[in-house]
Amino acid sequence: MKKVLEGSHAVAEAVRLSRVTVISAYPITPQTHIIEYLSDYVADGTLKASFLKVESEHSAIASLVGAASCGVRTFTSSSSQGLALMHEILHWTSGARLPIVMAEVNRALAPGWNIWADQLDSLSQRDTGWIQLYCEHGQEVLDTVFLAYRLAEAVSLPVMVIMDAFFLSHTYEPVDVPEQELVDRFLPAFKPKFQVDADNLVALSPLVTPNFYMEMRHNMAKAMEESILQLAEIEEDFSNIFGRYYGPIEPFLCDDAEIIMVTSGTVTGTSRQVIQELREKGEKVGLLKIKLFRPFPSEIIRKALGPAKKIAIIDRNFSFGAGGIFAQEVRAAMCNLSDCPQIFGYIAGLGGRDVTTDLLEDIYWRTKKSEVLSEESIWMGLQEENHAVERS
Amino acid sequence: MPLNVPEQDYMYPGHVACPGCGAAIAMRFFLKAMGEKIIIVLPACCWSIIAGAYPQMSLKVPVIHTAFETGGSVASGVRAALDMKGDTGTTVVTWAGDGGTFDIGFQALSGAVERNENFIYVCYDNEAYMNTGIQRSSSTPYGAWTTTTPGRSWKRMRKKNIVEALVAHRIPYAATASIAFPEDLVRKVEKAKDIKGSRFLHVYATCPTGWRIPSEISIKIARMAVQNNIFPLYEVEDGVKYTINYKPKEFPVREYFKLQGRFKHLTEGDLAEIQEMVNEDWELLLKKAGD
Ligand SMILES: Cc1ncc(C[n+]2csc(CCOP(=O)(O)OP(=O)(O)O)c2C)c(N)n1
Ligand code: SF4
Ligand SMILES: [Mg+2]
Repeated sequence: MKKVLEGSHAVAEAVRLSRVTVISAYPITPQTHIIEYLSDYVADGTLKASFLKVESEHSAIASLVGAASCGVRTFTSSSSQGLALMHEILHWTSGARLPIVMAEVNRALAPGWNIWADQLDSLSQRDTGWIQLYCEHGQEVLDTVFLAYRLAEAVSLPVMVIMDAFFLSHTYEPVDVPEQELVDRFLPAFKPKFQVDADNLVALSPLVTPNFYMEMRHNMAKAMEESILQLAEIEEDFSNIFGRYYGPIEPFLCDDAEIIMVTSGTVTGTSRQVIQELREKGEKVGLLKIKLFRPFPSEIIRKALGPAKKIAIIDRNFSFGAGGIFAQEVRAAMCNLSDCPQIFGYIAGLGGRDVTTDLLEDIYWRTKKSEVLSEESIWMGLQEENHAVERS
Repeated sequence: MPLNVPEQDYMYPGHVACPGCGAAIAMRFFLKAMGEKIIIVLPACCWSIIAGAYPQMSLKVPVIHTAFETGGSVASGVRAALDMKGDTGTTVVTWAGDGGTFDIGFQALSGAVERNENFIYVCYDNEAYMNTGIQRSSSTPYGAWTTTTPGRSWKRMRKKNIVEALVAHRIPYAATASIAFPEDLVRKVEKAKDIKGSRFLHVYATCPTGWRIPSEISIKIARMAVQNNIFPLYEVEDGVKYTINYKPKEFPVREYFKLQGRFKHLTEGDLAEIQEMVNEDWELLLKKAGD
């Protein structure tokens, strides 16, 4: 049924329809609406789940480690400082091979306190062994929660469904909320591959010597790798039932494009419009949205970007001393191509600053006019004269 | 005199605890009373090692090893999942050291007890971080040497009173127990088993390696700690009803300290000071118990 829903509400609807058994979460802006909706569902019996109102994010994810070890479907949601606080247990979750799903609302890290969109929180967790899926709009967020459970449970790895603060979490859009019956068809009850109960003598996550640790990590690596193929199969299933498809990447007008702009999250929506307008002016430009960031679909990206002359990557994040994180990953994926396109990295929209159509267009023209390749990140829209803080 | 404790053992021989390890003895008696219908949540501590390295295990009950500070939180999730699955017959037990309880895991424990999660939390107390090589914890007693309170910098802060901290949560059941009083320990475990909500057992567990004592006096030291009121045996129900289980005759602390290498630097003056602290704590407990 079509409803006009806030992004957060779309997540909550998807969690309800996924018949999650244990939820555990701790509030942080801009994630709060998600857990408020879920609190209502659990309180009024719409969702038959146990919702642990724990005393911190660390305990939220740790309690799900306990619950998921008992073989039930679990959910949490966090953002920014909260996600950072979970860091230790994010590693634990994937190492313990627990298919926990989290909705992560991209918010800047302090200081200074900033509750607005910025991807550094989730990207800082890129090495934790979580699958990461970046979403563009409300429908995608809802659908991706279903995909996330199927994928997590297929490969025994946790999945983060990631959405921009406010631009997505608090924006109302028409969203098709499917019938329970259809969701059940796509996402049957969780059949755990292992679980603890009193009659099942196991020791989960014990001390592991160098004799075994490396093999365990290698198994994880294989599961990560496998999740690209798994996701493709799962999406096929999904599109057969729901008629919608996303893919690990989404190319838009890329076929004959000389310049391809690369985005993730809500910047993609704005970019679509800009690309369309530039095309109308005769510019050979395309857009590539990257949805699957972990595992990084290098081969698929190489194929999509390889034919272009120049690539402009827009990062709403910055790794200090290195650059935009999507740019780093794309460069690493492309570097062995014999005829590698020139890759330009742009930093835009940190801490929730608007990434406007003007700014995106500016990025396009700069990329087109640049003769020499600059390895350095190009910071867009800085108010240098007005606000530069001298620290000498 | 034979001990009046259950016959059945749920630990295999051949585990890797040091000889005379009180933590191993504590687990053995605890499981005898607890039985096998349990899941143990085991945060990082000496017991992470004693329980066995992959692919071996020294316990005959299932264990979820977890991060150091997650004893309260992981157990909460296990309980929630079991309840949702309709498995209300299994008891969830967290088994943690003093570091994992008094210090880094205190927040998660406090949260779990405030929510009155239905589980038993056992803290085996060896009064320092032993797993990492004898560093001080907030359970380390006044006067003790550890590797982070070396030489003249021996610990000059008092031991945190963890039972009182939990009693402040109005926890349904909190009790102290000692490896030197196994029948009392077994009785408390059996009692805790039948109570609903959060239950806390604080078990005194000698560590010969960390305390610098010969392993054969492990139990003797534990017994002395009770007899000289350093570690009184008592229970608190619903945060208000105190029962002192053992009231010793006047017994000076001096000999207890003299037997342990970790206290060897203390002067007679220091010991007199400590005696006063112990007396003061005991008087306070008597007052709370209305005795
Ligand atoms: C977050 C974190 N910090 C530090 C450690 C290292 N560490 C493991 S066990 C331990 C001490 C455990 O002390 P306690 O809980 O008293 O148990 P014991 O080893 O004395 O039995 C420490 C510091 C860790 N595993 N995790
Ligand atoms: S160091 Fe102490 S607590 Fe740890 S195993 Fe040895 S005796 Fe037991
Ligand atoms: Mg200890």
